[in-house]
Amino acid sequence: MAILFEHKPGLVVYLTAGDPSLEATREIAIAAIDAGAAVLELGVPFSDPLADGPVIQRAMERALAHGTRLADVLKLAGEIRAARPTAGLVIFSYLNPILRYGLSKFADDAAAAGADGVLVTDLIVEEAGEYLAEMERVKLAPVFLAAPTSPDQRLEAIATHSKGFVYAISRVGITGTQQSLTSDAAALVARIRRWTRLPVAVGFGISNSEHVAQVGQFADAAVIGSAIVELIEKSTPETAPGAVARFIKGLHLPEAALAR
Amino acid sequence: MASVIVPAVPSESRPGRFGVYGGRYVPETLVAALDELEREYNLAKADPAFQAELADLLHNYAGRPTPLTFCNRLTEQLGGAKIYLKREDLLHTGAHKINNALGQGLLAKRMGKKRIIAETGAGQHGVATATVCALLGMECVVYMGDVDMARQELNVLRMRLLGAEVRGVSSGSQTLKDAISEAMRDWVTNVRTTYYLLGSALGAHPYPTMVRDFQRVISIEMKEQILEKEGRLPSAVIACVGGGSNAIGAFYEFIPDRQVRLIGVEAGGRGTELGEHAVRFRGGTPGVLQGTYSYVLQDENGQIALTHSVSAGLDYASIGPEHAALHDSGRAEYVSCDDAAALDAVVRLARTEGILPALESAHAVAEALRIAPAMAAHDILVVNLSGRGDKDMGILAQELKL
Repeated sequence: MAILFEHKPGLVVYLTAGDPSLEATREIAIAAIDAGAAVLELGVPFSDPLADGPVIQRAMERALAHGTRLADVLKLAGEIRAARPTAGLVIFSYLNPILRYGLSKFADDAAAAGADGVLVTDLIVEEAGEYLAEMERVKLAPVFLAAPTSPDQRLEAIATHSKGFVYAISRVGITGTQQSLTSDAAALVARIRRWTRLPVAVGFGISNSEHVAQVGQFADAAVIGSAIVELIEKSTPETAPGAVARFIKGLHLPEAALAR
Repeated sequence: MASVIVPAVPSESRPGRFGVYGGRYVPETLVAALDELEREYNLAKADPAFQAELADLLHNYAGRPTPLTFCNRLTEQLGGAKIYLKREDLLHTGAHKINNALGQGLLAKRMGKKRIIAETGAGQHGVATATVCALLGMECVVYMGDVDMARQELNVLRMRLLGAEVRGVSSGSQTLKDAISEAMRDWVTNVRTTYYLLGSALGAHPYPTMVRDFQRVISIEMKEQILEKEGRLPSAVIACVGGGSNAIGAFYEFIPDRQVRLIGVEAGGRGTELGEHAVRFRGGTPGVLQGTYSYVLQDENGQIALTHSVSAGLDYASIGPEHAALHDSGRAEYVSCDDAAALDAVVRLARTEGILPALESAHAVAEALRIAPAMAAHDILVVNLSGRGDKDMGILAQELKL
């Protein structure tokens, strides 16, 4: 029950909760953990996901179409925690659903569900005072995003306020797959490491074993989101867990990671 | 009320707050660009050469100052307060949006940006941006919801003629909100080369402050003109409020004049149920949408609600953060006017004064029609006529069976 990347590179898997259903997300999450994911990011669907590309936008629309709420996502987090006690578990959300739920209540309920950390896409460190206090109160790790455009001064603040790991965005842009990694990613991770000894995970545009191996040369973990969400979109609820497990095995993570 | 986020750093080093509202809620990738924008804007604002170039364009290109027109027949018919119209509809491109587009266009040029993106609802901001890009020789991409492209087709054609690329947005409600999300996605992706020319007093800091500053000219002129004509301040200033740029521009200089009522008119749409209107101060609660903390129409799970208005420019789920602060402090009053009353106001103003208002502006006219009769003859109402109605001929023909 911690965010640990024992074997490098570790794998972080993002899933939009409730796509195609809450039950299916639970099964997919368990399959992903068993196949080697060290950390699971459970995405809270939001009506206006302005940092996300078309794949995750569609997943969120599907999840919202059958009424997935933040409360459901927290309940799902608890079920995943119960089934797999040692995997890392991060709640990934836009700010507004959390504000509406109540920041304090959210912190209590996320901690009670057994989450390890929280990442809020549209909450930057300067606006995060009360959020940080709540995360500290319930001992949840606040994970902040760092971007290639963030100057060193901001990276210092991001590194200082993050716990668990720092999420380095591989390139400017929204979520979605890409052909190759840009040189932005390695340079950003090097800059982040000047400010922290926390693990650094690289995400946005990571979609295959080649990308993961590349990330492994300079970072602690790779985050895969859109590629897996797209795979789920193309599967049925019944076949999705198996398809995601096969996809993860095909990434050729370090052998030891699979033994977890 | 939802939680109020308190800053991690002392608030005096955090401009862009209006009371508890405003701020900067964006993906990290955009923060450096917003910081740069804030820095460059502050430099430009203090630079006499920049101000002189803008003043010259506002006068010789856009047609400022705009007249303050006394509505003789309308005042007589209503039998109460004297009604004046601030004629932003007479500006080049047909609405107040050109004030801000020129200001930000010059800023983009100063920053060396060659590619401009914008969102548009009614199309007036898109047309203004396309116009300024043509004038300054810059590439222009405008995002517009598919629903809005259909109902404001004339403006789509104008933008294309001016050389802009109009990109339809088919997600969500296919209106202004979705156009803003798509413009922000473009900006996140092309942030190193692109200037986002946001059209309303919305979004992350510094936009609400900067857009207000560029629209402030409306109330500066209004005040001078009414003092010259009447020798006193108006009883009330009335403006429609979508995101709120024309309203904040019309209100701003009067905020210290406590005797002047400031009345913002939201879109009442076709009903009071969530989804049928865009009355943020009736059905909304504080929350974060598209970069700013303000009143937001949302469901009990924090999902943004769909909105409806016959006017594309008022059809938006949130409202500029400075309006949220003016609302809470009680300095400004916010009322609503439904689709039918706005359509009636279009006809009334057209046939009484020979002026065809935009459907957005007609909401403000409707409020004047409602309150003027009960006011005294020495009362003065100034309505900000933010745009002209030519763009709405398609909707008007259909709704009014012309």
